[in-house]
This record gives sequence, C-alpha cells and structure tokens, in this order.
Amino acid sequence: MNPMKALELHSVFKSFGEITAVNDLSLTVDRGEMYALVGPDGSGKTTTIRMLCGIVKPTSGELRVLGFDVQKQKEEVKKRIGYLSQKFSLYGDLTIDENIEFFAEIHGVYDYKARRNELLEFTRLTPFRDRLAEKLSGGMKQKLALACTLIHTPEIIFLDEPTTGVDPVSRRDFWKVLAALLKTGITIIMTTPYLDEAERCSRVALMDNGNILMADTPANLKKVMNGEVVEIVCSDIRRSFALMKKHHSVKEVQAFGDRLNIVINSSVADMQQILVHLQENMITVNDWRVVKPSLENVFISLLTDRKKV
Amino acid sequence: MYRKLRPIIVKEFRQIKRDRRVLSILTLVPAMLLLLNGYALNFDVRDIKMAVYDGENSSQSRELINSFLTAGYFEYTEHLTDYTQAQSLIDEGTVKLVLVIPPDFSRDIISGRQASIQLLVDGMDANAATTIIGYAQAVTQQYSQKIVLQNLSKIGRKSYIPINYEARIWYNPEMKSAKFLVPGLIAFILAITGVIATALSIVKEKERNTIEQIDVSPVKPLSLILGKMIPYALISLVAAALVLVAAYIMFDVTVKGSLLLLFFATLLFVCAALGQGLLVSTIADSQQVAFQIAAVVSMLPTMILSGFMFPIKSMPLFLQIISNITPAKFYLVIMRGIVLKGVGIEAFWQQLIYLLIFITVVVTISVKRFKQHTV
Repeated sequence: MNPMKALELHSVFKSFGEITAVNDLSLTVDRGEMYALVGPDGSGKTTTIRMLCGIVKPTSGELRVLGFDVQKQKEEVKKRIGYLSQKFSLYGDLTIDENIEFFAEIHGVYDYKARRNELLEFTRLTPFRDRLAEKLSGGMKQKLALACTLIHTPEIIFLDEPTTGVDPVSRRDFWKVLAALLKTGITIIMTTPYLDEAERCSRVALMDNGNILMADTPANLKKVMNGEVVEIVCSDIRRSFALMKKHHSVKEVQAFGDRLNIVINSSVADMQQILVHLQENMITVNDWRVVKPSLENVFISLLTDRKKV
Repeated sequence: MYRKLRPIIVKEFRQIKRDRRVLSILTLVPAMLLLLNGYALNFDVRDIKMAVYDGENSSQSRELINSFLTAGYFEYTEHLTDYTQAQSLIDEGTVKLVLVIPPDFSRDIISGRQASIQLLVDGMDANAATTIIGYAQAVTQQYSQKIVLQNLSKIGRKSYIPINYEARIWYNPEMKSAKFLVPGLIAFILAITGVIATALSIVKEKERNTIEQIDVSPVKPLSLILGKMIPYALISLVAAALVLVAAYIMFDVTVKGSLLLLFFATLLFVCAALGQGLLVSTIADSQQVAFQIAAVVSMLPTMILSGFMFPIKSMPLFLQIISNITPAKFYLVIMRGIVLKGVGIEAFWQQLIYLLIFITVVVTISVKRFKQHTV
C-alpha cells in the first residue's frame, strides 16, 4: 500500500493448467531502481512481468504497481507504465514517426511532438524518422520500440529481454540510453539472459522454478557465493576441462579460450591437490589466481546447490 | 470518444494505403466479381436451339413449326430426316429441344381426332428444361386454339375464347436475371470483403503481437474494435457505391427506391459483415486460418442460404431455419425491395431490426471474447 514503492508483490501464484509458472513470489522494488530478473528459461520471469502489466491474471496473490492494485485499478496502472515485450512489435508498415504517434495517442498523449523529437534525438533515430519500421536494423527497431514505450512518460517501464538478438554495439548504445533514462527518476524493471547486463542493475533477483532464489545488489550477491572462483591458465584446455569436470572438489568449470574458471570451496584447502592432479596428467599450468566471482558464477553455483538439495 | 478512436482509424488507413493485398481485396475484387458473375450467372432462357423432325411435311405441320419459330424463344437449327438423329443432337448438346411431328398429324386434325406431337427436351439443366416446356406448351396451346376457332367457324358458329389473359410483369419487365442478381451480388461482395478484411486486419495484430502493446495501453477493447471497423465500413460503402455504378453501366440496373434508405441498410449490413469478421478474428490466430474461416463463413452462406441464387422458400425446413444465420438473407430482401421495387421502409422494417440484433449479438460476443484473451 506504499505509493513510494514501485512494485509490491505478495505471495503471487500463477499456473497454466498443470504447470506452475510463478510459485509464491514476493518482491518489493523501490522507485528509481533498475531491477533485473534473471534466471533460466521457464523460470517465470516473463510471466511475472506480464502479470505486472495486467496482460496475465495471477491465480492468486496481490500485485501493486506504484501503489495501485493491478487487478482492481488496471486503468490507473496502464496510464503509468510502459511495456517493452520480448518481441516488441512495431507496425512495420508505418514509419518511425507514425509508430510513435500511434503509441502516443493510444496512451492519450495528443501533444506528443516535442517529446517525440526529444526521444528521437535521444535514441539517435532522427535521420530515419520517415523510414518504415520494417526497413530498420535490429538495434534501431529496439530503440524505436523503447521510444514508443517512453512516449507517454511512464513512471515505470518493464523491459522483457530488451537486448536479445541485438548486436553488441547496438546493445551498448541501448544501455547508454537506459542509463540516461534512469537519471530522470524512472523505475526500470527488466529481464535479461545476459548476466553482465544484470551486473549494471541496482538490484538483481535470481529466479528459478517460479520463485526468487535470492535478490540483492550484485555486490552482495557475490558475497553469498559458496566457495571461490579460481582462474587457471594452462595448456590443452579441452582435456583439462574434462579433468576438472570429474574432479571431486571442483563444483563448476567454465572454459574461456586459453583459461578455465573453476569454483571450489577454498583455494587454500583444495588448490594444491588440483594442481598436482593436472600435472600428473601432463598439463602445464602457466598461472592461476583467485578471481572475483561474476554473477554468472554465483547464479550457477546457487542453481547447482539447489539441485543437489 | 472520437479522440480515442482517431489514432486507430488513422493508423488503419495508413496501413490499408500501404497494404496492396487488402486494398485490392477491397476495391478490385468487387468490380471483378460483378463483371464475372453478372455475365456468367445468367438464368435467362432465350434463343433455345431446336431441331425439327417433320414426319409429314404438310402445310399443317409447317404451320405448327412456324408458330414455334415466331414465338421469339426458339432458334431453328436443323431439319431432321431421320428420327434417330434426335438422340445424338441432344446428347451432343447441339439442341435443347427436338420437335417431332408424326406422319398422320394433319390427317388426325382434319378428321377431328386428337393429334399428338412429341417434344424431346434436354433435362440436364432442370430449370431451363421447365422453362422450355412452358414456352412450348404455350405455343402448342395457342395453335390448338386457332384450330378450334377455325373448325367452329367452318360449321358456322360464332365463337370466341372465353378468357383472355394478359400478363404484366412488374419490377423487372424484361425478366432479365441480371436485375435480380445484382442486388444479391452487392450483398455477396460486401459480405466477402467485409468479413475477410476485418478478420485479417485484427489477426495481423495478433500474429505480429502488436495487440499486446494495445492491451497494456488504456485503449478499451470496444474502442479498438470500433476503430478497426470504421475504416473498413467506409471503404466497403465506397465499394458498394462503385458496384452500383458498375451495375448501372453494365446491366442497366437503376435504384427505384430511396438512396438514403439504401445507404442506411447497406451500412447496417456492412456492420454485420464486419462483426462476423471480428468474431472470426477472435477464433483464428494466423492470417491464413483467418482467411479460410472468413471465406467459408462469408461466401458459402451468402451464396447458398441467402436466397441470392436459390429461393429460400423451396429449401427443406431445417435449411430454412439455418438460413437465418446469414445476414445477407435479410439484406437481400431490403436490397431487392429498394432497387427493383422501390418500396419504402414499411416493407422491410423487420429485416432492418434483424440486422440490428445480429450486429449487437456478434459484436457483444466478440468484445467478450476479446477481453477473455487476457488469461
């Protein structure tokens, strides 16, 4: 009931027939936050966002957006939110200008011209404003979609995997736009499969099986990591990868070109034994060091721990 | 209200302008259909090809043949020398009718016995055959009367035919089937274009997922539906007007009654067709499926059950009941009333009310189903 909160979810359930997509989800997000929902496919991220936008009805539970009940005060909510869906669809047969005009007017914004120019400047789409949307590149489409979601100056925007399928340069562009947006006081809720993107958010919720495993700032999340991440630079990455995978004290291995990242309980206790094991198998270890865990390490270790339980 | 509809209407017009497929369905197809159907659908039975086997070759028999030829319906093609030729001529379809006069034809007449003639009619097209028999009967009857009169005057009795009838055909005096068909064609065309165009335009939003963006906006389902219907209604009305003009140029069909009433009734019918399209769009999820359902829903009933080609009164009872599902049935009554008879609203107010009910029901169900898709 707190209008100062951007989102409040209390024990929300959603099932589609037999499948439970969202399972007893509770969550609070403050205004002005950039909040990321991450998790494997089918963990309930998109369903959660769709429930918050009022497209999907929850089976039970309470959802509040900006203090308004999504079920009972749908109209109030709709006025104040913007939603960029996974495959946001623009009208390919309308120009950039016409698309923005349409989305402005269906949101009851008739005096949109100044804001449109501003958004086009901001997304650097001004030179293409008369081009049909279907003739734009993937990154441009995504920026246009964002402009359309922002035209009615929403207080909170929901972005469902906004950068999936966008090239790295456009992705960075898009993030610049988001960072600038955040300064205007808007609240951003997003889902993303890219954990490096999630690290830029103020808080991250790790979702699995329709529930939040853990939600905190990226820095705090990394602290709860069980064990340490060690980077090993060595020869014959493929064979070493296989060796590490089988090793009893190694919880997780990832290969990156000329190096391996392994997750172990403690470098002090286990590392000696691992190095010996590698050498016995004719692997030359050039270097090793303890590195800061990435969100990816945290997430994978959390997920594997959970599966073991 | 208009402010809420305007963005959707403007957007729809922009898209129609750029989508050649929809634009051509809406404008070219009606004209083409009129042209094709108007000329191809011809129920007129004229210039019936006939052959004659005259077994007698008397002045009497030639007189009978002559009365056939001067009646205006028959076209003489061949004089048979052998009775068996008749069969092959009818089999080949060269002639529709063979008149067979027996060798003792005039002898019978002169001696006061009843003479017989034989008509061989190609019954493949039952409607045409019935008409041919009717014409032939009339010709024979007239000729018989002539003989009766002649015989009576021979024995010195003044005679007359007790009843003289004079048939006047109202509303379509030349009995041209085009005049009867054109109103039906307009209904047919409007039904097809209306249902298909609306269904496609809404399903396209579903297919491309743009509907979701409208869902999260404050636009209400009814506004979306009305905003979509209005442009198509306007275009359909223009198409209807074009078809009427084309019908005037090609088939000489003029509107006898009030144009205003015709406009109003057509508007209602267009709304009914768009409503059906809407309903189809709530069922189908892809443009392909939508197109197929829409084509079946609009074309078949309008063609078969509306009375466009087959009179409803001669259908079995259960089909007569089913025929009520097609709004074209009611619009046709109104159309034919206004265009051919020039009657006023008192002749078809029931049909107008039915159309209104139909629109209300269909649109209500559609709006409900539209809301439901928010699971």
